[in-house]
Amino acid sequence: MSGIALHPLSASTAAPGFDLLFLALLGFSTIVGLALLSMIIIWGVRYRKGSLADRSAPQSENNLLEFATIGVLFAVAFGLFGWGAWLFLGRDHVPAGAIHIAGTAKQWMWQFEHDNGEKELNVLHVPVNRPVVVDLVSQDVIHSMFVPAFRVKQDVVPGLTTRLWFEATQTGSFDLFCAQYCGTQHSEMRGQIVVMSEADFGKWLSTRATGKTLAQQGADLFRSLGCSGCHDNSPTIRAPDLRGVYGHPVALASRTTVLADDQYLRDSILQPQKQIAAGYDPIMPSFDGLIAPDDLEKLVAYLESLSPAATSGGQP
Amino acid sequence: MTVAAPDRSTYFAEGAGLRSWLLTTDHKRVAWLYLVSLTFFFFIGGAAATLMRIELVTPQGDLLTDDAYNRLFTIHGIVMVWFFLVPSIPATLGNFLLPLMLGAKDVAFPRLNLASWYVFVFGSLFTLYAIIAGGVDTGWTFYAPLSTVYANGHVSMAAAGVFIVGFSTIMTGINFIVTTHKLRAPGQTWFRLPIFVWTLYATSLVMVLATPVLAATLLLIVLDRLFGIGIFDPAKGGDPLLFQNLFWFYSHPAVYIMILPGMGVVSEVIPCFARRPLFGYKLVAYSSIGIAVFGFLVWGHHMFVSGQSTYAGVVFSFLSFCVAIPSAIKVFNWAMTLRKGQISFETPMLYALGFVGLFAMGGFAGLFLAALGIDVDLHDTYFVIAHFHYIMVGGMVTAYMAGLHFWWPKLTGRLYSEILGKIAAGLAFLGFNLTFFPQFVLGWLGMPRRYHTYPPEFQVWNVLSSAGAVVLALAYLLPLCYLGWSLFRGARAPGNPWGATGLEWRTTSPPPEDNFAIPPVVTGPPYAYAPDVTE
Amino acid sequence: MSDIPVSKAFADTERETEADRFGMWIFLATEAMLFGAILLGYFILRLKYHDAFAAGSSQLSLPLATANTAILLTSSFAMAIGAETARSGALRCAHRALWATALLGAAFLAVKAYEYHDDWDKGLLPALGVFHYTGPNAGEMALFLNFYLASTALHATHLLIGILMVAFLALPSRLPTPRRARRIESVGLYWHFVDIVWVFLFPLLYLVQR
Repeated sequence: MSGIALHPLSASTAAPGFDLLFLALLGFSTIVGLALLSMIIIWGVRYRKGSLADRSAPQSENNLLEFATIGVLFAVAFGLFGWGAWLFLGRDHVPAGAIHIAGTAKQWMWQFEHDNGEKELNVLHVPVNRPVVVDLVSQDVIHSMFVPAFRVKQDVVPGLTTRLWFEATQTGSFDLFCAQYCGTQHSEMRGQIVVMSEADFGKWLSTRATGKTLAQQGADLFRSLGCSGCHDNSPTIRAPDLRGVYGHPVALASRTTVLADDQYLRDSILQPQKQIAAGYDPIMPSFDGLIAPDDLEKLVAYLESLSPAATSGGQP
Repeated sequence: MTVAAPDRSTYFAEGAGLRSWLLTTDHKRVAWLYLVSLTFFFFIGGAAATLMRIELVTPQGDLLTDDAYNRLFTIHGIVMVWFFLVPSIPATLGNFLLPLMLGAKDVAFPRLNLASWYVFVFGSLFTLYAIIAGGVDTGWTFYAPLSTVYANGHVSMAAAGVFIVGFSTIMTGINFIVTTHKLRAPGQTWFRLPIFVWTLYATSLVMVLATPVLAATLLLIVLDRLFGIGIFDPAKGGDPLLFQNLFWFYSHPAVYIMILPGMGVVSEVIPCFARRPLFGYKLVAYSSIGIAVFGFLVWGHHMFVSGQSTYAGVVFSFLSFCVAIPSAIKVFNWAMTLRKGQISFETPMLYALGFVGLFAMGGFAGLFLAALGIDVDLHDTYFVIAHFHYIMVGGMVTAYMAGLHFWWPKLTGRLYSEILGKIAAGLAFLGFNLTFFPQFVLGWLGMPRRYHTYPPEFQVWNVLSSAGAVVLALAYLLPLCYLGWSLFRGARAPGNPWGATGLEWRTTSPPPEDNFAIPPVVTGPPYAYAPDVTE
Repeated sequence: MSDIPVSKAFADTERETEADRFGMWIFLATEAMLFGAILLGYFILRLKYHDAFAAGSSQLSLPLATANTAILLTSSFAMAIGAETARSGALRCAHRALWATALLGAAFLAVKAYEYHDDWDKGLLPALGVFHYTGPNAGEMALFLNFYLASTALHATHLLIGILMVAFLALPSRLPTPRRARRIESVGLYWHFVDIVWVFLFPLLYLVQR
């Protein structure tokens, strides 16, 4: 999508209300601003030094005029405050029939999980004309989910679950930005909200029209990156069998035990020397810098799928 | 003090060597020490901004790496906020003029004054070293847990440096408050004080009460980062929002530290060049204090979408609309001062009128952001950047220029080139609007802050903004040249080249070391201008 | 006894004395905001984790802290004597009172150091790497103990600065007596403030649910 942006897209039920208040504020500012400008320009010209304007009976104080002017201006302004507050309160009232999405923000990507367990990275498919509630958690620092076309924004705070809801009114693909500075690749922490018709969405969800599930893609990576060369019953290398690892304790060579959670799986791939499994040689190479972050997530999803007893889903 | 023949020597004549400057306790020389340091930091912060704007000409991140860009906007924020804007008018014009405006020989604690400059220099250079040597990329806002747990670089050192500079601010604030209470000339009651003194006083109140909270917050950041005390780390039971509340409890009043003195300057310049008393003087005085007080009550408007409660948001939004009232009173009164005057448009007046317009625009943008429903969309976008640059650059820096040009004859005894002054003022006004108005559009379109790559459809607005930045840079380099030139070749200035009221104009330009040959006595209200019917 | 103002801005010392006193009060207001901000942070977390904070508080040594409270209050008494006798010109008495103040302050720091050593042995200083508690809510108790260390260390730093200033004032000096008296009074105000901070810290840290 190129060309010149001249106005933001308006693609949700919240957008028209926002745009109306924005317009009102713009109108208020323009009118008052022009009045101020007129005072300065007109008097600047009329009363310039040496002009023949009437300067009799000048006033240096007029509290009545002052309070009246400020009073009228702020009566209008406080009306705008009230309007803004009323729009804001709407954020707390999720309409009935909403679909729920679990959103996770981490440096530097978005993960969205649908009700049926389907996960997406940096993309969120939603149906049009249906309220969507996204429950947001962060795995590290504060992020912020921002979709300008929907006029929604909510900070994602570690240690809290925050929430954002919207109801899209147009199909199409809309920019998603991270709006709270979160470190090196903050500018790249972007994505798309893809709004589809109800029918298309239903089809997409059931057949995952975009292709394989995350876990299936992870299985492909497991083979293409060579992990199966050691971990899948290799005749020459002795490496731990990864079936049933996720979600269970792992005995380490340091004589401690650790729970094999998401972080353990990631560390084992990126920093395999950090925690050596008991009874195995520390010969696994590090894949740090060799795997893209979203590929890493797919591998983790695949490994999680190898433990049927464990529940899917990342760390809180 | 016996009455002697008027002292003809100026404060420059009391010593010319480095020692006489570096060990001075004369408030006028301390003001110059600050002026030199602050100008240095202004151009450092400006250089960072220039590099950022060059990067933003293209949608891709092709000039700078992610880390380099993040460090640049951090440098820009830290340097501009703490090493330029906060001290600017108070430490330079305030230091020079406060005793003069009060009819005093110096501030209440001259040695404390000099010490405050040394503390400032030490802290700011320490921070600058930390930033350049190791890089800090947290932004000037140091949000936790990014700054405490995840950020690499010299965060602790930078925070420590800012902590040190905070002491300088507190020292200045204490000095100004006590000076204003204890060293006014005979006959100078509170309501005969110029508004510049009122705003410096209000600024000093905020300085002494808000800065310690920043000190506490930075201390906690450093402890959390170095020792892992966990106060802001949710993994240890801490609360990231606690950081935001503590940080903004200081940082919002801090923006009033930055703007109040500018309002004071404008309140001196407009009456002088309109030849009219300031309209509604008492209300302007009260509103200065009002801004200082209300400024402490609105910090939560930086946190509407942070996870703060909706109820808190409503309260803070309401109070934020309230805090606009005293500012609106001032803007109205400045405009009303023009009525039935004899207005001339010398350089200081051009800057002052520019201030009124640009500050008003920034203020309207503030109303947008204070409105909860609108802030949800505009928060953390370029709209916010445009808002505070309209206030800080269009307002504060413009007022600083106005004050510098207005009092330059008093500080130096020289006159600068009026033509060049007017050209620079016009260039600044045009360059400023070209730089920052497109940023309102960008924010409305949805471009987030602190992004160095962006969707291509935002490009045209970014290009306009960067072009404006070039013009603005020129506009700020020009005064450096002609004001510097005037120090050596400028025409000698008389005691009162503008025909202004105010006690500082009743002595020579520049003043002697003890400020007044004969200590002044105040017998009437300030701004005793009356328009001449025929000129 | 000639007594001219330190700053040329003042025509007489009476004005300057008022200015000195006023300046010190404003400085104390800034210190109140500093400690206030930290205590506010403490309060918020205590409200959230009341049980863990109460458990943490009961691990601290109440006898040592009580002793310290007594020492510090006595030192303030000595400081008040010092300021009063200096003002009335009884310099020898003032000197003794100042030394007593400094010594009592040093005693506080000694007891505090012993207490920190004791805390270290008991594993109560997670920020410094020693934490032996293995019961429930360990993380939150660690938070409490870290706050304890940070706030008492900040207080101790302020106290140390006070001791140095008091000791400096107790040294022989060629300043005229009224000027010395003014300085002693200013430092006295600072000393009393540091004492008051402890009076807040003591119950907040040691007396949670006792």
